[in-house]
Order: sequence, then structure tokens, then C-alpha cells
Amino acid sequence: MYRYDELDQTLVEQRVAEFRDQVRRHLAGELSEEEFRPLRLRNGLYLQRHAPMLRIAIPYGLLSSLQLRTLAAIARRYDRGYGHFTTRQNLQLNWPALADVPDILAELARVQMHAIQTSGNCVRNVTADHMAGIAPDEIDDPRPYCEIIRQWATLHPEFTYLPRKFKIAVTGSPEDRAASEVHDVGLQLRRDAGGELGFTVRVGGGLGRAPVIGQVIREWLPLEELLAYLEAILRVYNLYGRRDNIHKARIKVLVKALGIERFREEVEREWRASRAAAPRVPAAEVERVRSFFRPHPYAALADYEADAGREAAFRAWYRYNTRPHRVSGYRAVLISLKAHGAVPGDITSAQMEGVAALADRVSFGLVRSTHSQNLLLADVPQRALYELWRDLAALGLATPNIGTLTDMIACPGLDFCSLANAGTISVARDIQQRFDDLDYLYDLGEIEIKISGCMNACGHHHVGHIGILGVDKHGEEWYQISLGGSANGFTALGEVIGPSVAQHEVAATLERIVEAYRELREDGERFIDTVRRTGIAPFRERAYAAHPQAA
Amino acid sequence: MRLILRQREVLPDPWRYSGEASSAAEPLIVPWLQLQSESASWEHRTAPLGTRLAPADAVEALTPFLARLSLIALELPSVGDGRGYSQARVLRGRLGFRGELRAVGPGVRPDQAFLLARCGFDSLEPPAGVDPEALRLALGRYDVAYQPGAPQVELRRQRFPAP
Repeated sequence: MYRYDELDQTLVEQRVAEFRDQVRRHLAGELSEEEFRPLRLRNGLYLQRHAPMLRIAIPYGLLSSLQLRTLAAIARRYDRGYGHFTTRQNLQLNWPALADVPDILAELARVQMHAIQTSGNCVRNVTADHMAGIAPDEIDDPRPYCEIIRQWATLHPEFTYLPRKFKIAVTGSPEDRAASEVHDVGLQLRRDAGGELGFTVRVGGGLGRAPVIGQVIREWLPLEELLAYLEAILRVYNLYGRRDNIHKARIKVLVKALGIERFREEVEREWRASRAAAPRVPAAEVERVRSFFRPHPYAALADYEADAGREAAFRAWYRYNTRPHRVSGYRAVLISLKAHGAVPGDITSAQMEGVAALADRVSFGLVRSTHSQNLLLADVPQRALYELWRDLAALGLATPNIGTLTDMIACPGLDFCSLANAGTISVARDIQQRFDDLDYLYDLGEIEIKISGCMNACGHHHVGHIGILGVDKHGEEWYQISLGGSANGFTALGEVIGPSVAQHEVAATLERIVEAYRELREDGERFIDTVRRTGIAPFRERAYAAHPQAA
Repeated sequence: MRLILRQREVLPDPWRYSGEASSAAEPLIVPWLQLQSESASWEHRTAPLGTRLAPADAVEALTPFLARLSLIALELPSVGDGRGYSQARVLRGRLGFRGELRAVGPGVRPDQAFLLARCGFDSLEPPAGVDPEALRLALGRYDVAYQPGAPQVELRRQRFPAP
């Protein structure tokens, strides 16, 4: 993984010193809350329902075991002994004290981490495919380019006060596991006929109140133009994006208002006019960064049928929680943070330490966080899988449900977030309880549920096969259900099936929906494919059948 | 007397805005609208001339006036409104303006000073209640940066070179 050099280290340390001074001035009354707010937000610090929430950046989801141990120690010392992984691969602490935050940041800086730009109207953490570097279908590893973008975006003098937040994702595979089409900018690595690397650039995607799939602004961008082109996009957005209405301020609104053709003209003109003064990435710098992501020194191992002759529980875990690896004899292991009864994405300090030790033992000391709020050990020898499974089970981290209905994405919801209209955690728990039978889950196959507690869509409900959106109805928590969304290789937005349902009805309604699927499906058809084939009408009929009074 | 920070020095502002008491020999900042529509009010002046733009004004429209302008002031109406940062980059970059580039308004505060300087502002006019000396001190918070930008004496290392 990338290691800081003297410049990187100095910069995060100077940022800690600056933020320490900002907190001191705020607590001393020299900076009002209004003045302090944009400063703390640009360092990942929200003031939430119960306490501040600190969002720590995990660039493109990659962590060393030392970093994970440090996160565990910080969560234990400054919080309540757990953290929460987000859909953008970051880690949130829900209970730190404001006065402690500078010390937390100083501890993070010691292990080459920070919380810079994890919130606020600026360029956020750059995310990537969690299978980067090991996926058999990969064109090139996206992480070096993510790291270059991370550095370029960090404390960018021109783009720190944008109209609204700005999210960039990079994928190196045709299967878009980074959901790049629903980002403000989505970059897909390509090779041209001559083997040269470049990007297809999409712009204006996003979820939130008005979900939009990003449009192609440039089919082919040569690698060396990456930063110059990003600067042109951001400059046009910074100058012309709306600032009068927070709900109309994302770049997608500007792209829609101008139309993609006009927007493209503006960006291309700015790019051509300014590229002489735009940042370049020298080839030597690309090579330097790429050198940190070279393949590990894998052992020469033959493929091995790890599940042959093993008990059913291991075979289920092997089937659902492991993935093929590019190198023979190895496999990638997903660690489910969706144990039934737990909050999706939550992990205790003890579990973090346990995972760190396992990573040291079997996966080159590295751990990844995924877009779907799980962890990944990317490089596990197949012969180590059985023992790993037992150790993960002892940590409560071997729930064999990856890709199934209970592998849900959920934002923190009303229990923590000051923006939320409705809870997500209790709904997730109801669903886990109702669908507790693994054989039933396996029969249902691949179903993605995504839950958001409000229109801001942090739980990505628009792109869930089943999306659940919490709404406030006269002070009560109700839930709108949509079907047919997808963000994986084929991006589509879900369609709302009808009136919202009360909280205690959500799990039962889902059961009627999946029962309808069991009746409607054709041979081997996944849930999402059935929905695409039949449309939502037959599901709507069944969903409300038992409760015509739902309003 | 208005104090500003210019080229890392706190000094009394030698410039006057239209509407302020001024002599014909003093440098004068006229509003952008007046610069375009009332050329009689300034074209015979021999003293240095400046203008002042709002965030929504397109800086490209200044092109025909650039040779005549010694100062351009850009308004930062709040900390969160970052349009002035891009206006400055366009002026310094592809429009090649080499005169004094001034940031003025409520968005000019110590916590923004370093970024403003990197975007090419060499003159900061603080709003009431902000000490220009605090702006000067804030320029030294970082001695490294990733992006190319206006050269700063404090910066000893920068990752991505300007071409």
C-alpha cells in the first residue's frame, strides 16, 4: 500500500496543528459556531444528535493492520469501543468529545491517516473497487490513480469551498463494484487499441433527493491529462454551480440545467485554455505511486478445493463469503459486518484487533473496507481458509450472508444522524430477525437491500434491488419501498412500488415481495432479473395484498 | 484608516474606492459596472486604476481592460462561497493578469488566507474585526503543498510541479 513520504507526513501533521488551533479558538469563544462549522466539516467532524461524529478517511478502503489496531485503540480510548464503516469505505466514530478530536487526529497522523475532507463542500475521499489488484477481470489497478487524486484534492486551494460535496470513484474493472456511475465524477480505466491507459469520464451522477446516473463527458482521457481535466470540471462547477439552494447545488443539477453537450463544451474549453498551467503528473511520479501497489510476493500454490469434505457451515461460508483471486492458490475473503442482530457496518475494537491479527497471519497485513460496509482480506492462501473461518467465527465475523438479503447497506439513521427522518437500525434488525433462516436466504439468492433514513440517500436506497427510504409522516417513521435499482455494472434507479408502510410492517412487506419473487422467477433467475422482466406491478399487488389500508 | 496585507506586509491601504474621498493622484477602484459603462469617469486619470468584481461576474469580460488595470478586487461574500478562488486562478492563469489581486469581504479570514494566497491573491483586505496581522501569520501554517499554485516563500516542497 502507499506509504507517506516526508511531504505527506508533514502535511497531515501541519493539518493537525491547524485544526488543534481552530478547536482551541472555538472553545475559547474566538470562533463562533458559525465560523467554526465550515472548518470542522472539512476535517470530518459533525455535531450530531448525541455527540460529535468524526469520520476518518480510509483512502480507497485500504488499511494496514497497524492502522486498524490504531483505530481499535482510538475507538476504545475516545469512544465506546466500536466504530462504523460507511458506504464510502470510511470509518465513523459516534461518540468522541470535541476537545479530544485534535489528539485523535494526532494519533491517526502517526499511522499515516487523517480525517481531511471527509465532510463539507469539498472533494471527498476517493473510493475504488474493493477487489482492486486481485479481480480477474481487471484492466488495471485503480488505486495508484486514486492516491494521485487523493493528494491532488487534499487542501486544494481552489476547490475547498465548492457549492456542495464532490465525490469521485475510480474503477479498473468492467464490473463497476465502485458504483462509479452514481458519483459526481466516475472514472473507468480503459486501454486503447495501442495498449495505452486512459479513462472514460462520467459526470453528474449521484443519489440524494434527485438520483441521476452519470453521463459520459469524455470517452477517452489520456492518463497524463487526469488532473488537468478534473480541474476543468471542478472549475466550471465551482464558478457556475448553484449556491442559492443546498438541494440544487450538486454538479448533477448544473449538468442537467446546461445539458451534457453544453457542459462538455464549457469543460473542454476550460481544459484546453488552462492545461498549460494545470498540474501534471510526471511519469516518474506515476511510477513512484504505482510501485506501492505491485503484486505481493505470492507463494507458488496450486488451486485447492478448500471446501471438499468440510462441514456444511464452512461450505456455506466458502461459497458466500469468499471470491476468486487472480493468483492460483489464493482467494479473497469477505468479512461480514452484517451479523444478525448487529448494526450493519459496526465493528468493535476487539473485532478490529482480531481482524488485524488475522490479516498479519494470512493476508500480507492488509485489510480493505468495502462499499457494502464489509471488510475484505484480499490475499488468503486457500489452505489457510478453514482455520481462518474458525477464527473469524470466534470473533463473531463469519456470518455466511454476503450478497444475500441480510447483507444490507444502511446509513446510521435517526438513532445518530441529525438529518434523518426515520430509524434504519431497527428496520435492519427486524429484517434480520424475519430472515434469520440461512437456507431460506440462500434459496432467495443475491438480493441487495439498501436503507436510507432520509432523502439524502447515504444508504443508497435508489440503487438497491430493494430500496427502503425512511420518511416522516406526522412525526411517525414510515418507509417507502422501491424495486429494481442496481449499481453494479448495470446502473439503474429503483421504482417506488406504492404508499409507504409503517415501521413494524417493513419486514413483513419484504417477505411478501420475496415470496412473490419465488413464485415468479424462472429457472435460475436472480431477484433483480425477475423484477426487470416482469416490472414492479406483480410485486406491488403482493406487497400490499394483506394490508389494503396502508396509506 | 484601512489596513491591508499586501505582499506579506501589513500597511495602510493606498487605494480608494469610488465614493470615498480621494484626490486625482490617488489610486482608485471603480466598480466593474462603472468601468464598462462610464469610461469618461476614469479614462483620463493618470493615477493607477482598479476595479472590483462580484462572485457572479465573468472575469473573461475584463480582458479588454486588463492592460489598463493595476488592481482587481474580488469579493468573497462569505467563507463558504468559493467562486473568488476560481476567478483568481483564471485571472492569474489563462488571462495572465500580473497586477495586484485583492480579496475583499467577509470570506477573508485567517483560516482561508493560505488558500487565497495559493490561488494568486497577493493582497487581502480583511473585514471589520479581522486583524491583518493574523492573516499574515496564517500564511505560515503550511510549508508543503501538493498542487501547483502561486509561489509562496514558506513553501519548501510541492508535489505536482507547475509546467
